[in-house]
Amino acid sequence: MSEPILQLRGVSKSFGAVQVLHDVDLTVRAGEVTALVGDNGAGKSTLVKCVAGIHPIDGGEIVFDGTPATLGSPADASKLGIEVVYQDLALADNLDIVQNMFLGRERGKPWLLDEADMEQAARRTLASLSVRTVTSVRTPVASLSGGQRQTVAIAKAVLWDSRVVLLDEPTAALGVAQTRQVLDLVRRLAEQGIGVVLISHNMADVFEVADRIATLYLGRMVAEVPTRDVTHGQVVELITAGRSGDLGLARPEKVVQ
Amino acid sequence: MATDTADPSTSEPPPTAPVTPGRRLQNLLHANPIVGPLAVLALAILAFSLVNPRFLAAANLGLVLQQVTVIATLALGQTLVILTAGIDLAVGAIAVFASMLMAGAAHTLGVPGPVALILGILAGTAMGAFNGWLVTVVRLPPFIVTLGTLSVFFSLNAVVSHGETIRGAEMPPIMTATGDTAFRIGAFGVTWGSLIMLALFVVFSYSLSSTAWGRHVYATGDDLEAARLAGIRTGRVLLSVYLVAGVIYGIGAWVLMGRLAAASPNIGAEYNLNSITAVVIGGTSLFGGRGLVVGTLVGALIVGVFQNGLQLAGVDVVWQGTAIGLLVLVAVAVDQRIRKVKR
Repeated sequence: MSEPILQLRGVSKSFGAVQVLHDVDLTVRAGEVTALVGDNGAGKSTLVKCVAGIHPIDGGEIVFDGTPATLGSPADASKLGIEVVYQDLALADNLDIVQNMFLGRERGKPWLLDEADMEQAARRTLASLSVRTVTSVRTPVASLSGGQRQTVAIAKAVLWDSRVVLLDEPTAALGVAQTRQVLDLVRRLAEQGIGVVLISHNMADVFEVADRIATLYLGRMVAEVPTRDVTHGQVVELITAGRSGDLGLARPEKVVQ
Repeated sequence: MATDTADPSTSEPPPTAPVTPGRRLQNLLHANPIVGPLAVLALAILAFSLVNPRFLAAANLGLVLQQVTVIATLALGQTLVILTAGIDLAVGAIAVFASMLMAGAAHTLGVPGPVALILGILAGTAMGAFNGWLVTVVRLPPFIVTLGTLSVFFSLNAVVSHGETIRGAEMPPIMTATGDTAFRIGAFGVTWGSLIMLALFVVFSYSLSSTAWGRHVYATGDDLEAARLAGIRTGRVLLSVYLVAGVIYGIGAWVLMGRLAAASPNIGAEYNLNSITAVVIGGTSLFGGRGLVVGTLVGALIVGVFQNGLQLAGVDVVWQGTAIGLLVLVAVAVDQRIRKVKR
């Protein structure tokens, strides 16, 4: 088992009176895909946004490479090498692939961008991920298919020598063939030594690519187990009831709010 | 690891593969928003020169350029605002108020000409920044902000100027120097105002295409949330756009005084909407994030060519509005179609 890159210890987060995350622990290791599963409203997206530096955490700590990290803004997260691929993809439709991949972090001087350098780096990154479906990196993102957009969003995340990539429902809106492509891509990220966190509702996807499965239930991390040690049924129980046999919450009362 | 992508079932048709000629045209227009306006301008020039050969006379073309200079300058600022998915209804009000402040400082207060000009441009900047503050800090929609400040600035303008025109002869010559001819090629004369306008277009064409700021302006207008998630400080980008637009309107005020050879508080109402017309005909999307400033220059020229050409063709002036209005509708309809490239 490889070294942990990113560790969450006892992370809590509230929005006003609503506590969304309770004492959440999570470990992300290099070269592994950790699936983060949970029902709607379990706190998955909030957890991602805390790691991305969008929501400051209220309690607990986030440890990166063994040292406590303060994630006060998306820039803090990117500085550490944490990249997020959002569910709605967060791509600007009318900008082309290169412009999107480097958005907010353009290369060259502020008063003269180095387009050739950015274009080359974009091509190299796409090639390193064995992406062949994109013919021109100067195509506006608006004219790409869902799978291609997802590919661009993922390539954008790995462009920065990222250490940890979090993918929020990357296959939710995709067809069968495109899902296939994206899952292959997720595996390739891990093979490159990146710590990957995959948020998904789709058990088939999770069992196919994940090395470990972390389950959130009503804002609590109820289980973090190797994929090979659990069955579909157990994971579904963990998601819906917070416990499954010996796994998960000890007593049902604990989760009643 | 390369073998799995070779599977034909996972490969998709390349994104640019043209399905139909219509689709190809759509892609072309999406990638090059300037193509449509340029074609319209070329056709208009061709048509009007066939109807009346005098249209192509050097003196007449020089006149068209002079006629579009003020509106093109103001429409440049308007383009920046519209690229961020905003709208600026106070363009004319800011320019006219700034021109009255410039002229008033020089004429009534006896401030030296260059200083008066700088004060006026600063006033335009402040008015633009005020709009930007209301949009980004108070978080009001740009339409409402500029609708309100349109009224405020016009009214303050009337208060300050007492509704009186200040003639060029009553001011230092520099105040109206933008109307002087800089050079002429035969009968084709170019004013300093036109040169300033063209220089501004060059500067902003470059800034938008080749600087980080320009990239962020497009991204902010295209998808505010995506830009924010990419780490762009969208509030600052928006504020900078309104502020820079204010600078341009301030310079436009000087160009305006040259064109009128005076500073008049009673004009400018039509500039507000005409600047939007030029931007839209120039192919910039009202939904933000797509368009080029050079398109706005072409758009302003199209409007100028239509007005001048229809006049030379002997068409009653009242029909000009109909022609320009139809052009706007066609331009927006085309933009709507282009935006549907999405699958």
